[in-house]
Amino acid sequence: MTKQKMSGARAVIESLHCENVEVIFGYPGGQVLPLYDELYDADVRHILVRHEQAAAHAADGYARATGKAGVCLATSGPGATNLVTGIATAYMDSVPMIAITGQVPRPLIGYDAFQEANITGITLPITKHNYLVQDAKDIPRIFKEAFYIAQTGRPGPVLIDIPKDTQIEVIDFEYPQEVKLRGYKPTYAGNEQQIKKAASLIVKAEKPIFYVGGGIIFSKAAEELRTLAETILAPVTTTLMGMSAFPTAHPLSVGMLGMHGTRYANYAVQESDLIIAVGVRFDDRVTGKISAFAPNAKIIHIDIDPAEISKNVRVDIPIVGDAKNVLKSLTKYIKIEQAKTDGWIKKIEAWKKEYPLTYKKDKLLRPQYVVEQISEICPDAIIVTEVGQNQMWAAQFFNYKTPGTFISSGGLGTMGYGFPAAIGAKVGKPESTVIDISGDGSFQMNSQELATVVQEDIPVIVAILNNGFLGMVRQWQELFFDRRYSSTCVENSVDFVKLAQAYGALGLRATRKSEVKDVIEEAVASKRPTVIDFVVEREENVSPMVPAGAAINEILDLE
Amino acid sequence: MKHTLAILVENKPGVLTRVAGLFSRRGFNIESLAVGVTENKDISRITILVSGDDNILEQVEKQLNKLIDVIRVSDIPADESVNRELALIKVGVDTTTRAEVMQIVDIFRAKIVDVGIKSLVIEVTGDESKINAMEQLLRQFGIKEMVRTGKIAMNRGAKLVQSEKR
Repeated sequence: MTKQKMSGARAVIESLHCENVEVIFGYPGGQVLPLYDELYDADVRHILVRHEQAAAHAADGYARATGKAGVCLATSGPGATNLVTGIATAYMDSVPMIAITGQVPRPLIGYDAFQEANITGITLPITKHNYLVQDAKDIPRIFKEAFYIAQTGRPGPVLIDIPKDTQIEVIDFEYPQEVKLRGYKPTYAGNEQQIKKAASLIVKAEKPIFYVGGGIIFSKAAEELRTLAETILAPVTTTLMGMSAFPTAHPLSVGMLGMHGTRYANYAVQESDLIIAVGVRFDDRVTGKISAFAPNAKIIHIDIDPAEISKNVRVDIPIVGDAKNVLKSLTKYIKIEQAKTDGWIKKIEAWKKEYPLTYKKDKLLRPQYVVEQISEICPDAIIVTEVGQNQMWAAQFFNYKTPGTFISSGGLGTMGYGFPAAIGAKVGKPESTVIDISGDGSFQMNSQELATVVQEDIPVIVAILNNGFLGMVRQWQELFFDRRYSSTCVENSVDFVKLAQAYGALGLRATRKSEVKDVIEEAVASKRPTVIDFVVEREENVSPMVPAGAAINEILDLE
Repeated sequence: MKHTLAILVENKPGVLTRVAGLFSRRGFNIESLAVGVTENKDISRITILVSGDDNILEQVEKQLNKLIDVIRVSDIPADESVNRELALIKVGVDTTTRAEVMQIVDIFRAKIVDVGIKSLVIEVTGDESKINAMEQLLRQFGIKEMVRTGKIAMNRGAKLVQSEKR
């Protein structure tokens, strides 16, 4: 490639081209004016959000739906700090993202200039890496490194802070072919000896179980997982982040484990003699009381991040590597003539019959019913969720078939994530139906993005399970704080149908079971951005539930 | 258990913040810290004394290795390494005590680097226990001011801490 003279701002756009970036989500401001001037006639699609937080969540949703790094852009100071929640969300869930921020000109840095914030300092603990551009000629190298770091190993967000004067400075642009990072060399292939040891444990196990998470989805290892599970005939439980990694309806699926997992998944984990953990991190919402977690099980832990091995739970056989590679080579070493797991599978079948995931099926409009109807009418949809009860019901009652069709803020639990993330997912996968299963509380945290979806004609569907409460917190108050509903009642905050209409979107409402199917079908057929207000039973609880700090087989059934 | 970690890092602005920030964020305690460039001007070496059990140490090392600017982390075993700290100690003296202080300085093979009418500045190098012992002895004369560097350490013999990672 020959060197070309151009401004730092142009170099940013050229770098994005070299990384095949098609779309960025952003919001302009003083310190990114040169960049926005370049974007004016660049052939990168820019989607103008109405709050920078939404830009970060949209980039995150785009990344989860497509597997490619999402890109967001904001100005210095408040623009940059508004990205923070979105960056932290992506960091906790290992999502590849590039966050670009403007910064005050270099001579002003450190002088508390107008709209100055030390965003590299602020995002130090919530980025995989970050950069402050000190010299415009570093821009191509920094972008090359940033995209490489964000998308390899355990993915994560990388922030690039670009002072305004470096955007104007003219440089010789040449995009590097490769990166040289002596401190960063992710391991992809698992250690062969460890894999053999794991295989010999698997062959001997009588009560094995797969415990899998987001790592399966990021490494596109769902096929390998399924092959191995079917070979050794072992049940598969997924974390929230792992939803959709294994088909919900597969006979070996036991659904989600942990705090709001199924009884049978939690029982199976507790009784298992071998846990094959893949792309998971033994989070407290999964393990419950850690000293009582899976007392009889040996643990094989496959993860690309060595720091996750034995962080929360001591494991017997650690394998550092990419899930897809490791599962593939593990399968090669497994020779089973007759699986020893017959009795185990029968026991799990019996638990499934005895403790099905269910809810009260009466005349009332219950939120679980809405999710089931969405599942039936839009079986191939990408489901994005907010955080709280809506998120758990979306995980429990939708029938997932395809990896990557469940998108949710698992680690950070960010309310307001779902709607903008759905925008990103829809932009990345325009042919898919994208539905944000929402709560009335969460939706109001980023409802201003209705302006974005209408202006850009992004037909996402927001299905609000409207119970007039901050439902999950209300549930905890009911159970653990004597029903003192402190600040959780948000009844009648707004007419969601009129709100949608005010922005020019379609607003629909269902208050009875009989109306649910019709409104969902109408929303899908309209091909317009739509908000559906499902006025559901107000005090429905997410059940079953393991109280925080209890062992995961100490499960409560809630009415 | 105390461990001495030698951390090779890219010699760039902000790297010390990343390393130190990681310790505080993850609840690891830094007992002493020393930073300087190495034989390669692009690489700095941070020596950190950290206390904790083997699990904590394992986590510290793994988390440090995740930092992009960290090139190598190695645990320097106390019994197979040379460890040094340096201290400057300003001691109050008068005509009756000056000679005695100078004798102690001699015994410890320390140096007097500044002489005033009412004080001496003593430079002492050695391992932690030597400096502690010297401090103890000088206390009776009145330590007016003291400053200590963090510990630095190097493996004995041919063993090296090199920049090629793992």
